[in-house]
Amino acid sequence: MRAGFRRYLAVMHARNIEFLRDRTALGWNLLLPVLLVAGFAFLFSEQAGETYKVAIHGADFPADPSAAQRRQYVEKFPLFAMKYIKFVRITNLQTGLHKIRHHRLDMLVSLEGGQRRYWINAESKKGYILERLLWAAETGRSAAIPAQSRYVKQVEQGRKIRYIDWVLPGILGMNVMFSCLFGIGYVIVRYRKMGALKRFQATPLTAFEFVAAQVSSRLLIILLITVLVFAGCNLFLDFRVYGSYLSLFVVFALGALSMVSLGLIVAARTTSEEYANGVLNLLSWPMLIFSGVWFSLEGLHPLARSFAQWLPLTHMIDAARAIMNDGAGLVQVSWHLLVLVIMSLVFLLFAASIFKWDRF
Amino acid sequence: MVGGTAGSFTGLLLTVAILRRGIVLQLWWIFQAAVTLEYSGVTRQGTMTIILRVDKLVKDYPGVRAVDDVSFCIESGSCFGLLGPNGAGKTTTLEIIEGVGRPTSGTVLYKGQPISRRFREEAGFLFQTTALQEFLTVRETLELFYKLYERTVPLQQIIETCALSELLQRDNRKLSGGQRQRLLLGIALINDPQIVFLDEPTTGMDPQARQNFWKLIDFIKQQRKTIVLTTHYMEEAQQLCDVIAIMDQGRIIAKDTPEQLLKEHFDDILLQIPQASFPFAVAEMKAHGIQEPCSVNGGMVDLHTRDVHKTILNLNRLDVDLSQLVVRNRNLEDLFLKLTGKELRA
Repeated sequence: MRAGFRRYLAVMHARNIEFLRDRTALGWNLLLPVLLVAGFAFLFSEQAGETYKVAIHGADFPADPSAAQRRQYVEKFPLFAMKYIKFVRITNLQTGLHKIRHHRLDMLVSLEGGQRRYWINAESKKGYILERLLWAAETGRSAAIPAQSRYVKQVEQGRKIRYIDWVLPGILGMNVMFSCLFGIGYVIVRYRKMGALKRFQATPLTAFEFVAAQVSSRLLIILLITVLVFAGCNLFLDFRVYGSYLSLFVVFALGALSMVSLGLIVAARTTSEEYANGVLNLLSWPMLIFSGVWFSLEGLHPLARSFAQWLPLTHMIDAARAIMNDGAGLVQVSWHLLVLVIMSLVFLLFAASIFKWDRF
Repeated sequence: MVGGTAGSFTGLLLTVAILRRGIVLQLWWIFQAAVTLEYSGVTRQGTMTIILRVDKLVKDYPGVRAVDDVSFCIESGSCFGLLGPNGAGKTTTLEIIEGVGRPTSGTVLYKGQPISRRFREEAGFLFQTTALQEFLTVRETLELFYKLYERTVPLQQIIETCALSELLQRDNRKLSGGQRQRLLLGIALINDPQIVFLDEPTTGMDPQARQNFWKLIDFIKQQRKTIVLTTHYMEEAQQLCDVIAIMDQGRIIAKDTPEQLLKEHFDDILLQIPQASFPFAVAEMKAHGIQEPCSVNGGMVDLHTRDVHKTILNLNRLDVDLSQLVVRNRNLEDLFLKLTGKELRA
């Protein structure tokens, strides 16, 4: 047992040295997420994207209206004629309310049923102005009924979530995913192809000790990098984390474990780097698209949303967002953590069962 | 080595018991001796102590039988050479013995037991192609493998034996071919192995590096470690090996000591003379009274004779220019060509 632990530590230490001395890989792992975050911070800064955003909850609101439809809808909803306001259709009222609470929408209007309603965030300046604009537009239509009485005003409260705060967990999760999948998958395949695995096989080192050392090394490194990237970005972007940092760490640790385990499956047998590269891309791109890295999954087709629930990145990002943006604790995100633990175990067991040192 | 010690010890115990003690004590000594022999795991065959036994080994790949019914035993403390051209099946055989490849059928026994964890603790390996972890120095690489074994020799001893002192801080990627092989040999010896596998250890080395490497292997031999060496350099085999097995097309076609094999297959001496040295055509050799079998290889006439003196006198009489005459004994390369009929490095 003691000898096994010594072998495990020796292999992990060697792998750590190898990674830390590989300046290009280390630099890329540190720099890519910082550049992405900085780029998004610029693109979605207040100055760059100054506009009003109003969501319409109503089945008859056209998603992409033609000029004729636009004129027709202005009759029903005069604010629609106003320039420099971006109108979006929303089908789920609760989603809209959530966004109002987090300042990701400036106003939500519901024209469904007999009663017209609108919601604004009590602390939103844009919401205040849009409310006045709504009244002005309604007054222009008819002076007989006071504009204020044509709508039921409802107020939501919540802290503002900037896009950069929202997208950060996604970018960190994406970095964890790429680093884990390619970091472990590609490296083991390269070791096998070059004959390094065969040399280890001829020692008392067991497959379990070797795999555990690789997993631990990658986890240690990726968590260290994630902390560094987070701290570095925080210096110039001042992120707001409403939950606990420890909970966030737990989420990324479990997420990384699930990704490393998935990478191990790819690396378990093949000797072809090209094949491994293809499979790793096949695994990572759907996660990049469907796991909500860049945009919310709420507007996706139900099938796509169901598919996303099978992806570990979805659970890592959703849990991280809940902790960072909504101040959730580990209990609130326990479902995501449970899924990540189950996925990690299943992937690890499967990878261990098919693992081969060499090509035989 | 263990086997040899166990055997001598057993003999000594039995002799002492029979000469000096009563029957009860004799039985106790015999029992002790049997336990000692059993514990060592080394099996005895005649006067030999067998450390490794390979029996009816077969390895099939789709469409080809790489190893075909290979059987042999390796004596403890000897240097066993597995020779043959590229593709003969020697590396495949070695990989199966080493436990990194699986046979289609057949068995490999180390000290009478199937290959197990004990074998990995007690064996050292230098593979034909091994990648070392990148970005690690020579010292870090040695330390890594040092920590993988329970029984080790001091690192300093390995460093001195393999002349690695000057290279300790060098990145693995910056080692020359010879330096790299010395490091790999150091790794193979780090666990003080009882048996060392060297798979074509000097392939690609320059003559100087090869000579130095042979000295290292000779040093290992002097320590009475068992060596299993594969090579396609006949000179290497002749210099280092106590017993050789020649493989071709997956089968062992000859096996014995190099001297015995040469004695068995050749009873002549080779005279080599450039074709241009003859004042007559080679085809007219018999007409001029030279009865020895002869052949032409690459512009050289090979004459096979049992009486060198008589043949040289004959050639001198016929005014053959003997200034470039080469007289040599038959070697393993001749043997291989005789047995397989093809070039060794084909």
